[in-house]
Amino acid sequence: MRLLYFAWVRERIGHDAETIDPPAEVVTAGDLLDWLRRRGDGHAAAFAEPERIRIAIDQQFADLASPISGAREIALFPPVTGG
Amino acid sequence: MIALRVQAADFDVGAELNRLRAGRADIGALVSFTGLVRDMADGEPLTAMTLEHYPGMVERQLGAICTEAAARWPLLAGTVIHRFGRLTPGDQIVLVAIAASHRLAAFEAAMFIMDWLKTRAPFWKLEERGDARAWVAARSSDDVAAARWQDPPAPIRR
Repeated sequence: MRLLYFAWVRERIGHDAETIDPPAEVVTAGDLLDWLRRRGDGHAAAFAEPERIRIAIDQQFADLASPISGAREIALFPPVTGG
Repeated sequence: MIALRVQAADFDVGAELNRLRAGRADIGALVSFTGLVRDMADGEPLTAMTLEHYPGMVERQLGAICTEAAARWPLLAGTVIHRFGRLTPGDQIVLVAIAASHRLAAFEAAMFIMDWLKTRAPFWKLEERGDARAWVAARSSDDVAAARWQDPPAPIRR
């Protein structure tokens, strides 16, 4: 599945997108954040405070409990500041 | 019903309002809001503001917000334009223009769209002050403003 990163999440990780194949035990978005934190320093820094991260699955807002199976695109970003 | 544009280019508010009115005389109320880049933020002068966005999701979320507005209020037409990219103080950021038969629906729908856009449209602002750059933090007051629309208003009868 495709992961997209925006704003300071993107800056801390060092790139704006990646394609991943998480193991079967990664079921929810919360599981995904836990798995990503273990991938490297940038990911650990980006997701150190999960409450500051907002999640979109296939361009719809989701939360830590949302299942990720079947998702084509998951985006992780700070709370939005448009308008 | 409500035309939506997400673009880097600036827009002309007068031209957009004229476009909404063109060729029709059933509009009794035309309300517009323009959001602008201010020259000061938190007491410090601002050099520039860059708006990052999530292409695809922005259009989807703004479309859903506008569909909801048209379901809650009797609207005749509207235009929402949101810019992205590097903007400087005085620049226009966003336009919400709503046409209805009467003013209550037009005013309320425009406010609703702005309140929801502030909490659900995937844009992020990066502020520049000289060589310093900092991401704007979301405000809890925006969540409070959006929450006031949770219970749909009573149907408009006029």
